[in-house]
Amino acid sequence: MSAPNCLVGNDWICGEYLRTRREELTDALVQHIGLTAASVAIALLVAVPLALLVRARPRLAAPVLGLTTLLYTVPSLAMFSLLLPVLGLSSALVVTGLVLYALTILVRNTLAGLEAVPAETREAARGLGFGPWRLLWQVELPLALPVLMAGVRMATVTTIALTTVGSVVGRGGLGNLIEDALPTFFKAQVLAASVLCVLLAVVADLLLLGVQRLLTPWSRAQGAPGGG
Amino acid sequence: MTDAWAWLTTGAHWTGEEGVGARLAEHVYVSVLALLIAGALALPLGLWLGHLGRGGALAVNVSNVGRAVPVFAVLALFMVSPLRNAGYVPTVTALVLFAIPPLLTNAYVGVREVDRAAVRAARGMGMTGGQVFRRVELPLAAPVVMTGVRSAAVQVVATATIAAMVGQGGLGRIITAGFALYDTAQVVAGAVLVALLALVVEGVLVALDRLLVPRPPRT
Repeated sequence: MSAPNCLVGNDWICGEYLRTRREELTDALVQHIGLTAASVAIALLVAVPLALLVRARPRLAAPVLGLTTLLYTVPSLAMFSLLLPVLGLSSALVVTGLVLYALTILVRNTLAGLEAVPAETREAARGLGFGPWRLLWQVELPLALPVLMAGVRMATVTTIALTTVGSVVGRGGLGNLIEDALPTFFKAQVLAASVLCVLLAVVADLLLLGVQRLLTPWSRAQGAPGGG
Repeated sequence: MTDAWAWLTTGAHWTGEEGVGARLAEHVYVSVLALLIAGALALPLGLWLGHLGRGGALAVNVSNVGRAVPVFAVLALFMVSPLRNAGYVPTVTALVLFAIPPLLTNAYVGVREVDRAAVRAARGMGMTGGQVFRRVELPLAAPVVMTGVRSAAVQVVATATIAAMVGQGGLGRIITAGFALYDTAQVVAGAVLVALLALVVEGVLVALDRLLVPRPPRT
């Protein structure tokens, strides 16, 4: 399998390819992680205030949720293409498109998380003299965290997969390697980049699950060990 | 935007083998075919598993796996395999694979979430398993199942667009050809067409949902 001539033979699995192109693979992986991290972080910074606004003004709920769902319906390739005249062939284009997709998931989950806070808990905090900000920071957001983090995990995994489409403007991380390999039917490169992409999604999901456990130690104490 | 409008209103861009008409026909053909195949496979399986109350982990996890796998990677893997010489087969196969998760998960969850009291009452009235499924579980699960059909349809239209990135047909080809020609107007025109198609599909399915799916009377 990993004989030196596996590059010539165009094998699916090729140790020689992994050895000689390690730098290329690492660069693509780093770009992929950067695009995903930037997109999810920006989406989160927009989604949480947006969800709080929607909760404060329920009349805005239908237009905001409708618009984000509408954006989610637009296929990724079309979304990136529609941004081309505004942002050109840039990483900003890919990140903007990915942010718009992640928003739908994050706004919904933030709202669902906040709505799941029991009314009695809120009343109790108010009774203890908590103001609206302290209520939000010390009671509501911590209790909304599990649902919010579920949204972050889903958004991250989706974004990692969608980033590959950014290769249409040359900013697709591992997707660039897939695109470059197509004209020559270079199997080892397509397979390696695809597998790395899925592995990245799995690792990111597990890392975020770990972060969630660290941030919500109380849910571990309550739940059955190893459950959830 | 005005350039894109000019592109769209040029009659020559709509006709011929690589015109909008032909690309749209390809897009609709592969999408409908894939949705029918995926529906025939996933809906009976999901509904059946839901009825039995088994295989929940499979039915739900298939959606998580579907999200983690890039569409572009799967299409590219097909195109560097011998499948690339099989016409629409690689595209349709990829579309089916990505349409199955939302269909399967929603069919399962829809049936599982039917009020157990209603199922027990039906059993108590002497209905057989099949009757409970047809007369109680299926009508009550219909809204959730239809949501799955809508997600799958949107997914299929989006996936068929990405097929253009690996040289397969469909409306996405107008976008990729525009990129190859450095023709921003064509890229935007193609994107507008794809976005419109996706929104029309979503709109039609929402309308069908309202028409076909029985809703409980408002109390």
